[in-house]
Amino acid sequence: MHLATDDFELFGLPRRFAIDRAELDARRRALQAEVHPDRFVGADAASRRAAMQWAVRVNEAYERLADPVRRGAYLCELAGVPIAAEDNTAMPAEFLRQQMAWREALAEAESRAEIDVVWRELERERRLALERLAAALDERQDAASAAREVRGLMFVERFAADVDRRVAKLEG
Amino acid sequence: MALLQISEPGASPEPHTRRHAVGIDLGTTHSLVAAVRSGVAECLPDHDGEVLLPSAVRYLEGGRVAIGRDALAGAVDDPKNTIVSVKRLMGRGLDDVGAATRRAYDFVDDAVGMVRLSTRAGIKSPVEVSAEILAALRQRAEDTLDAHLYGAVVTVPAYFDDAQRQATKDAAELAGLQVLRLISEPTAASIAYGLDNASEGLYAVYDLGGGTFDISLLRMTKGVFEVVATGGDSALGGDDIDAAFAAWVLARAGAEAADAGDRRAAMLAARAAKETLSTQERAVFRCSVSGRNVELAVERSDLEAVARPFVDRTIAAVRAVVRDARVARDAIDGIVLVGGATRMPLVRQAVHEFFGRAPLTNLDPDQVVALGAARQADALAGNVGAGDLLLLDVVPLSLGIETMGGLVERIIERNSPIPTARAQSFTTFQDGQTAMAIHVVQGERDLVADCRSLARFELHGIPPMVAGAARIQVTFTVDADGLLSVEAREETSGVEASVTVKPSYGLSDDEVTRMLQEGFGHAEDDMAARALREAQVDADRLLAALASALASDGDLLASGERAVLDALAETLRRTRAGSDRAAIEQSMQALSAATDPFAAERMNRGIRRALAGRRVEDL
Repeated sequence: MHLATDDFELFGLPRRFAIDRAELDARRRALQAEVHPDRFVGADAASRRAAMQWAVRVNEAYERLADPVRRGAYLCELAGVPIAAEDNTAMPAEFLRQQMAWREALAEAESRAEIDVVWRELERERRLALERLAAALDERQDAASAAREVRGLMFVERFAADVDRRVAKLEG
Repeated sequence: MALLQISEPGASPEPHTRRHAVGIDLGTTHSLVAAVRSGVAECLPDHDGEVLLPSAVRYLEGGRVAIGRDALAGAVDDPKNTIVSVKRLMGRGLDDVGAATRRAYDFVDDAVGMVRLSTRAGIKSPVEVSAEILAALRQRAEDTLDAHLYGAVVTVPAYFDDAQRQATKDAAELAGLQVLRLISEPTAASIAYGLDNASEGLYAVYDLGGGTFDISLLRMTKGVFEVVATGGDSALGGDDIDAAFAAWVLARAGAEAADAGDRRAAMLAARAAKETLSTQERAVFRCSVSGRNVELAVERSDLEAVARPFVDRTIAAVRAVVRDARVARDAIDGIVLVGGATRMPLVRQAVHEFFGRAPLTNLDPDQVVALGAARQADALAGNVGAGDLLLLDVVPLSLGIETMGGLVERIIERNSPIPTARAQSFTTFQDGQTAMAIHVVQGERDLVADCRSLARFELHGIPPMVAGAARIQVTFTVDADGLLSVEAREETSGVEASVTVKPSYGLSDDEVTRMLQEGFGHAEDDMAARALREAQVDADRLLAALASALASDGDLLASGERAVLDALAETLRRTRAGSDRAAIEQSMQALSAATDPFAAERMNRGIRRALAGRRVEDL
């Protein structure tokens, strides 16, 4: 076990997209209980430094595994298909049309209820895309199409953040 | 008589090595110190039996300083030399200070960065003022426990930014306290509450103090306290309600506060009336302004009308955090109230309405933070019986740097678990550019102008290249105290660019050193003696840490490796017995360096244990 060990091995979890969230949380707690700097407050400098590095590493892996889009991207990368979102901005025309329709709907929405309509639509698409991503990774071992799903989901997440900001503004 | 402590056989080989660590709640209005004694956390009282120390410092004639109630007595007659609510000034610049506060003191006009106060004892930074309060609490603890303090956990509002946290840590160090950890107030409260009630589940902690408001969501699982999301307003508190209520009453009575003393008097009268109105429907507001006695009967509904906008602001922050955490309001298992201002029925009612359930009120909102901090201090000191308490906290506000056009590039998002580190690459804008300025900011907005400036860095020594060719990797690290450090490196050449830091609202390292040298709170001993004692304490810590590491994991070492460590430890023991500080530090360094691989091996074993532990449970 070293700092470069992959996230799944570090957490003792199988390398696949489907994950048991409760198990992930429990393992994070067990790992942090061993490596967190709080456990080494009175220790020598070397131990304190090592604790800091490991606690950072455990948190990094935890955040990546806990977020389905980042977890998907990570699995693609491990399978030799990096996402490289900046170099792969071309999305299918159908997908872009849908994005524009959502953005228009959000721009025109004036009440919380209208925003919620957009949000539900968004959530549905997100759920479907995650199901396709899971199937591509866990059933077909098709990292290339998984990477396409991840890129699509990254657009969806950015839009979701915009929706969040609108809601926040509305609610003050 | 105190009961003798008897440790479990084999659990603690040397009972006298029990370490005295305290928890300190450095509040806007009051401060407290608490410690775990015989397994019970309790707030330590002063000679008069009072646990609350008013957070007030008065600089008297003749270089003397009054702290607490004695200082407060001067608040009305000597307002410019009597500093109250100094917490609101920590890590803050003049522009951050409201008009009312600005009139209350003599601020140094040309101070850059953190505000400075001009008092009869000279120019004081809020850090020095806070250090007076902390030193008083340290003294109280040392007298009560009759022991040298191993260290302290000091609490800060969860929503404190980096400059405010750093200022708090500087103040504690100035007061001669070894800071074991800074922890957030709502987290401390949840420890006290959670451990006492063996609670499990998702809890919201609503903390309305004198000067700050925090809301945190925490998950409690078998001694592990995990912050899920946190938010608030570090410039909103009970003080604001007092000030607004005082203004309302004076206007009603047709009176006007003429000077700082009048305003102080009106504030204190408003606070007294507010406190009465928490239990009574009516109260009488009494104070003397401009030589005139103002007396007015007030009702709870009057106060509530004035307080409503402030309470509404807290609820808006609660809503934002619940949204951030993506949890349903009814998924929350309990709401803990912290801070004296939560005694107001209006606050309780607003919280009840929002969550659809009554908040928990079976704890003292003034003491709960210090009690939780004491539990954490006891655990960090490694005392037997402190249990498996573990705190997993988050970054309260996003951290980023300024990029072209005054925009913020976020590097660490808010609510990321700490400790954390993130790297981001940047490049040069012009051909042959050899230096780069990095402006570190904190906040959620997209424009630098709307965020909080933390520090400016300058990088020098970038090898000249065409524009866009250099790869400067900037790494942000947030430690377990929630404090940020930044490193930068040019990657194509491997040149470690030199960095100079200018904190925007903090004290520079030089200033902290100077304040320490000026002998804050240590007038009795000179610097050299103090440095030697500190080196000896550090040596003892290192030797104790090594002994305990060897006892638990010594089998990881080959006999040759073990012999090297033993020899270096022996050298350190020998130098430590002498009075040559440089020699002590040298042998400490040698020993530390030699323990590096051992530390890595031990960490590895811990990780394997964590995973193995889970597997056994799975069976």
